[in-house]
This record gives sequence, structure tokens and C-alpha cells, in this order.
Amino acid sequence: MSEALRDLGEYVGLALAEALIDADTRYGELMLRVRRESIVKVLTYLRDDQNCQFKQLMDVTAVDYPEREERFDVVYNLLSLKQNQRIRVKVSTDEATPVASAASVFNSAIWFEREVWDMYGVLFTDHPDLRRILTDYGFDGHPLRKDFPLTGYVEVRYDEDQKRVVYEPVNLAQEFRQFDFVSPWEGMLHLPGDEKAEDAAADGEGEGAKS
Amino acid sequence: MAEMEIKPLRLNFGPQHPAAHGVLRCVLDMDGEIIERADPHIGLLHRGTEKLIEYKTYLQAVPYFDRLDYVAPINQEHAFALAVEKLLGIEVPPRAQYIRVLFSEIGRILNHILNITTFAIDVGAMTPILWGFEEREKLMEFYERASGARLHTAYFRPGGVHQDLPAGLLDDIGRFCETFPQHIEDFEGLLTNNRIFRQRTVDIGVVSRQDAMDWGFSGPMVRGSGVPWDLRKSQPYECYEDLDFDIPVGKKGDCFDRYLCRVEEMRQSLGIMRQCIEKMPDGPVAVENNKVTPPKRGAMKQSMEALIHHFKLYTEGYHVPPGETYSVVEAPKGEFGVFLVSDGSNRPYRCKIRAPGFAHLAAMNHLCKGHMLADSVAILGSMDVVFGEIDR
Repeated sequence: MSEALRDLGEYVGLALAEALIDADTRYGELMLRVRRESIVKVLTYLRDDQNCQFKQLMDVTAVDYPEREERFDVVYNLLSLKQNQRIRVKVSTDEATPVASAASVFNSAIWFEREVWDMYGVLFTDHPDLRRILTDYGFDGHPLRKDFPLTGYVEVRYDEDQKRVVYEPVNLAQEFRQFDFVSPWEGMLHLPGDEKAEDAAADGEGEGAKS
Repeated sequence: MAEMEIKPLRLNFGPQHPAAHGVLRCVLDMDGEIIERADPHIGLLHRGTEKLIEYKTYLQAVPYFDRLDYVAPINQEHAFALAVEKLLGIEVPPRAQYIRVLFSEIGRILNHILNITTFAIDVGAMTPILWGFEEREKLMEFYERASGARLHTAYFRPGGVHQDLPAGLLDDIGRFCETFPQHIEDFEGLLTNNRIFRQRTVDIGVVSRQDAMDWGFSGPMVRGSGVPWDLRKSQPYECYEDLDFDIPVGKKGDCFDRYLCRVEEMRQSLGIMRQCIEKMPDGPVAVENNKVTPPKRGAMKQSMEALIHHFKLYTEGYHVPPGETYSVVEAPKGEFGVFLVSDGSNRPYRCKIRAPGFAHLAAMNHLCKGHMLADSVAILGSMDVVFGEIDR
């Protein structure tokens, strides 16, 4: 199975050479990172090519890496019943740059991309119906971004005086408790109070680079 | 008489409608009694599961999966457990695999009983649901005996299952497998050749093979259209390879074919359960690696190391190596996938839940267009939607 996957990866890599940035097989899953401009071309090729036949788009989602310049990865999971293989295609983008919609290639992309727009605020061009899907009517913000707080910004309740549901800013009696249980022996890379040692190490590296 | 222009009627179907299977609000543009456009509004049960999971350790994330598709909770846990195990690089012992398969198939029967009987109620048959729920209750009692909870079991954990089966449970499940086929006969006797049931379902909501591919369908929705595709057969996980079962496939892809597929799947599931009981190996029910699975309570009374492991697992949890995986199981409703991204910490960096019902409901407009209003209820029933998993 993994050999067939590697062959498939090489085959696709050759055919899509100018669009491909990176191909990787880990945990028996093939991942392609492609250029944002050519995503529709890549998906169309994967769907129509005789040796690929990835006729089902099972999932579209995004991952947020706020520290990166292009913070979002849009991830397409494809399935080929003929080849009995899965493939994952990724493009990266940021808040302002739109990605071409896959709705013209797969109908299932319509709702999946609506969800990505709703949850992450990734824009899609040529999408037939880019509305919010899961959040409330009139919702503001994109809740799955890493900088969106877990509690959100507004809460709703039924107001007995006004006889309607009212929205109010979240009022927490107690701050959300985030216990960081990472043990200092395994997970922590920076010891609190040990900044001096780190500064010295950083200075040393900088000088080394100069000379 | 001069020709009159009739304004199309916009009908608000749901969200409080018994036939909407939960909290679906569907805006229907009607031309008389014909649906011109259906626009499902979902998200009324959105609880932010994916966001919450990012703030929990891997073990704490398990119970959220019970609350997605609350009709067959254990199958969801299975997908998450497989994803975490893939990233951790561990293989669960054979007994745990057989227990998982056994309970997944119970989950499939749980789901199909509920779907077939509520589908029947949608198209006008009252009796099946009254008969079906008694059997469902028996199955949930098996859940309770194994895990302590009828519904939200949190039984499949990364590394195996939580605890071993109590004595006598396998015999009782075996006895259930003997009596339940008669109940399937009873359902079929009420529905399959029922004139009204057939009039409401045959040739309604036909899904062509092409449509099923294009809309990303899976499970009975794709099998009803004549595509022999089941992840248990084609990409086998756990011990499905060693078990003998058939995949029922429909011919036309209408609501009736999907119903027949589900009925036959229940029979096949019973066969799988019988084989599991027969072949059930002895041995541990979770990997014996205390970095992932907690030590036995008895060991904690004796061993300091076991006590430390227990404490560390339930406070910090285990760290999962960086990587990403898309792991799938054949849930009763279709392909249930978990796209898990780990950054090497004790919490998932991203956990996307791919619910089969989401893709099915996306095609609602496509399937309902041109049908009568009453048919939309039949189509919705045969899609097998549960809003816990669609809204997440």
C-alpha cells in the first residue's frame, strides 16, 4: 500500500511539477503542498487523470499558524475509490488573500468552504454562496482562529423585561482557568527567571554569524 | 380570465419540527407544492467542539466525540482513538480490537434501528419506533455493562478500551444476536412491502453514482446508489480483515434502496458480532505502556511508579509527536474522519471532525428540487442526519 502511494506521489509530482512546492509521505498518507494560484488546476487534474481519479472531495478544512506570515493552511482531503487511496492537498494563505474556490470542481466544496470561511475567515473567489454556516446570524469574528478566545465575546440570554433574547458582552465571574501542566523536565524549553542564560546564548550565536 | 402571476411561497421549515430530525431550519421556496429551492440553515446546535478540543488534553477530548452523533456514540470515539494511535505509533492488542469491533457493530445497529424507525414515522408508520426502542434499550444496556454509561460511554480510549468486559456480557450479547433477527423480520414485515411506505420512498430522492461522488457522499448514501464502497472492506482497520461479512448495495439510489441497505447492514452487523464473540481472544485490553494508558488500580496501591504514572496521565496527559493524520472509520452514517494536527504538546493543535451528515445535508437542495414538500421529509429521513455531528 505504501509503495503504491509513493509511486502515486512521484507520478503526481512529475505531472504537476510547476504547481508543486513539496510532497511528503508520513504515517502512510500522501500530502502535497501546492501553489495557491494553481489549486483549481491541481484538483481538476487529480479528479480527471486516469491514474488518479480522486473523484471525491471528502473534506476541506484549515489550520491556523498565527506566527507564520501566511498564517492559514487550507487542507483538501481527497479520496479515490478506483485507486483506493487518499491524498491531502495543502495551500497557504493569509487573512486578505483569497483562494480560488473548488466549488466548480467538486460540489461538496460549497459547504466545506463556507465552513472554512465562517471558522477562519479565509476568502474564496468564485464561490457561489459564501455565507456563514455554523455560527449565529449576525456573528462577528472567526472562532477557530488561535487569537479568538475560547469564551467568545458575547453571550445571549432571554430578557424578561424586554421579552426577547439579548446579546451582552461575556461577563465571567472567574477568569478562564488554563492550567499548563507541561512538566519542566519534558516540555518547557525556557525556564522562568533564566532569561540571562538565553540572552547570552543568543548573543554568542549572533557574533558567530558575523565572523 | 386574465393570466395571473402567482408569487412563490417561501416556507420556513423548522427549526422546531419533529420531522427535521433535530434543529434543522430549512427555507423552502415553493411553487405550489413543488420545492424550487431548499436552503438548509444549520449551526443551531453548534457547540464549538473543535475549539474546545484544542484546549483539552488528548484523553479529555474523548467524551466530546460521544456528544457529536449521539445516536451511535462509540463509532466517533473510534475515529479519534485511531488518529491518536497513528500519531503515537502504537498498535492496540487483539482483544481490544475485537472488543472495539464488537461495540462498533452494536453502535451500527443502534443507529440503524433509530434511523429506520424514525424514517418510518416521517412517512407515516407509527409502530416500528415503539418496537425498535425496546431493542435499542437492550443494546444500550450492553454499553452500560461494559463502560458504565448508556450513551456517553468514553469507552474507546487511545491505546485500547477503558476496561475489560464483565463476566457474562459476551453470553448475553450472543443471546441477543439469536433473538434480534426476528425483530428485523418484524420491521421488514411492517415496512418493506407496505404499500404506503413504498409509495412514499420508491423513486424519491434518487442519487446517481455521479452525484454521490461529486457531493462527497459515503456510507449507505453511496452504497444505495450501487457503489460497493465500505471502509471496513476496502481500507480495513482493527480486525475487520479477519471477519467475514458482505456489503449490501442498492440499485437505484432512492430512499427505498437506502432503507434496504440499512436493514441488510443490521443483519451483517449481527454476523460480525457473532464472529467477534466466537473469536474473542484473551489478553490485555489496552497497550501495556503506562506512558499512554493508566496503570491498574491495584498496581497503584503497591507501586510508586504506577502512582506517578496515574497522576501524570490525568493531569498533564501524554505528549503526541508532531505530525498530522486524517483517520477514518466507517461510522453507521458514512465516513467519519478526524483530521488531527499535533505540535508535540499534550493538546491537539487542530482537530477537524469530518461528519458524514454534513456532506449529505449539503446536497439537500440538489435532492429536493422538483420534489413535493412531503418528499423533502422522506429525503431528510433517508439521509440519516443527526445535528450533533453536523453542527459540532
